[in-house]
Amino acid sequence: MLMTKFKAAAAALAFAAAPAAADVDLQFYFPVAVGGAAADTIEELTAQYVAENEGVNIEAIYAGSYQDTVAKALTAARGGNAPQLSVILSVDMFTLLDEDLIMPFDDFATSEEDKAWLNSFYPAFMENSQTGGKTYGIPFQRSTPVLYWNKEAFKAAGLDPETPPATWDEMVEMGKKLTLKDDAGNVTQWGVRIPSSGFPYWLFQGLTTENGAILANADGNEVSFDDPKVVEALDYLVDLSKEHKVMAPGIIEWGATPKAFFEGQTAMMWTSTGNLTNVRKNAPFDFGVAMLPANKRRGAPTGGGNFFLFKGASDEQAKAAFDFVKWISGPEQSAKWTIATGYVAPRPETWETETMKAYAAEFPPVLVARDQLEHAVAELSTYENQRVTRIFNDALAAAITGQKTSEEALKEAQAKADAILQDYR
Amino acid sequence: MLRTRGWIHAWLLLLPGFVFLIAFTHLPALTTLWSSFFTTPRGRRPAKWAGLENYDTLIGDPIFWKVLWNNAIYAAGTIPLSIIIALVMALWVNRQLAGRGFVRMAYFTPTVLPMIAVANIWMFFYTPGFGLIDQIGGALGFGQTNILGSANSALFGVMVVTIWKEAGFFMIFYLAALQTIPTSLIEAARVEGAGGWTIFRRITLPLLMPTTLFVSINAVVNSFRMVDHIFILTGGGPDNASSLLLFYIYEVAFRFWDTAYAATLTVVLLVFLMILAIGQFFLFDRKVHYR
Repeated sequence: MLMTKFKAAAAALAFAAAPAAADVDLQFYFPVAVGGAAADTIEELTAQYVAENEGVNIEAIYAGSYQDTVAKALTAARGGNAPQLSVILSVDMFTLLDEDLIMPFDDFATSEEDKAWLNSFYPAFMENSQTGGKTYGIPFQRSTPVLYWNKEAFKAAGLDPETPPATWDEMVEMGKKLTLKDDAGNVTQWGVRIPSSGFPYWLFQGLTTENGAILANADGNEVSFDDPKVVEALDYLVDLSKEHKVMAPGIIEWGATPKAFFEGQTAMMWTSTGNLTNVRKNAPFDFGVAMLPANKRRGAPTGGGNFFLFKGASDEQAKAAFDFVKWISGPEQSAKWTIATGYVAPRPETWETETMKAYAAEFPPVLVARDQLEHAVAELSTYENQRVTRIFNDALAAAITGQKTSEEALKEAQAKADAILQDYR
Repeated sequence: MLRTRGWIHAWLLLLPGFVFLIAFTHLPALTTLWSSFFTTPRGRRPAKWAGLENYDTLIGDPIFWKVLWNNAIYAAGTIPLSIIIALVMALWVNRQLAGRGFVRMAYFTPTVLPMIAVANIWMFFYTPGFGLIDQIGGALGFGQTNILGSANSALFGVMVVTIWKEAGFFMIFYLAALQTIPTSLIEAARVEGAGGWTIFRRITLPLLMPTTLFVSINAVVNSFRMVDHIFILTGGGPDNASSLLLFYIYEVAFRFWDTAYAATLTVVLLVFLMILAIGQFFLFDRKVHYR
């Protein structure tokens, strides 16, 4: 209410000052998936841009979680009131295309400079942002999973505290030494923790990539859930609890994972780099951050949100939105964002700034995620993405809880996914 | 003439209620039924007539049958238990006992709390390793539990939270009803030499029947309606082991954006609730003694 009045007053003033130039108004939805500083930083950056660029008003609207934001954007678009710009999960690209809601950035990258900018992102992040030769998403709050380990627990188990496991076998070997039991035979510390609640496919994709499998094609209409390499990866995950007994059985809660790590319930954990700042602040012991262990190769998925340009924007609005996205991905802005949150800065240029260099010198673990990018692949993304990943998640849960064997569960998932995706082939 | 005016008057008085009822209940229900006969519109493909295709999908959808079965277990487990616990608690705090106000408040607290907050509290109880249950269990020498993370126990974990939440709410109705039972009836029975159990069975329970009907209708409706805690506790997992019909409808509608199939599921839910409501009013009603 106050905001509207303020804007009306501002508009009236602008009109009085420069009657010829009409202002461009933009609406921009953003989600927050990590702590409070993220929202403040986005609003700060937006305000800075508006102050530097006369004639452009950007209303940055916090829209809840990723799930809420895409729901809100879809609903608004159906009501003919879409935002011009929104940050949404990169994997929702096909859904947004299917709903015919987004425009490629290429249409607005007319100058040589703009084209060079489009090509300046880490390729691993662009895999989820491009399809059919067009760029629909610009990486913004992007992350990748890494392995955190408790150096004190390593020392206590007689392991070298500076050497994390580099392969699957090493993770099991070290896990066995790190799993501690009390006199009654109850486990007091697990070796490793790979959370499996909510969206188990994401961390599991670390395992499948390491085993040399790619889960979905670039057109988003084929999946390979029943690939023997995927089955093998799932067997490995299940066996961590069942066979080797280095991980707690059943579904492991994602949200409680950092806490379990701080409490010494587990000596190693797999989770997002987005948790880096949280772990740094709260771990009461010395910890290390490493790339995920390799099997046939190193590997990890990427994750997180991209900027999307919505249809329905006027030409001026779309140009202004394009310019804003370009500005916010600039080195200094991006460095500020990365330091505030832990998200991986998506362009090499950012890592060359003095700000980032100083930060990395003081806190080297931030470099692990960046270095892992060369091994990273696209996060699982298809048409009807939520539904297809849900099928995959259900299959993983069924295998983890021992309801089905890995092969059975994945075969069924493949059949169900094929039934949905065949409409898009 | 006068008659007509009376009619107009009556309709005018009813009008505001009708407008809201039609706009927010009947019209949406009818559009839901209507959309269940079409395909889901997508940006690139408008909705087209599908006839009973969505219902065909529904019959062949294993997840639908699973959540329906889950819902049956959920209802059968939560409704009688929460009503019995409510009654026992009401009888308990209806007596003279020290700190009665405090005990009543303690029983009622879960009702005042929002379901999301309740779920977060229970999330802490259930957390394997350092949650309350495991801390107590660990002190007694038991190993770790993972109630929400196992397919066999997740639904029960969710049900316990529902019972905890509902029993206090129903207790208030029983407590109010107990206080309207004239003490003279009970005194008279005592004079006749009736024991405590007979008094309860022959006097208290029959006089509580209208309340029991009201409470049980509420409980049935809630067993289909209360799904907030599932979002926090399990997200319907593992492998839909703790998913209920309404939760599934939400997922289909607002995660998968398959609005036509969500409409079809909603029609099924509506039919179920209608049958249950009709059944309860016509069958159960006969056994209720109203004063």
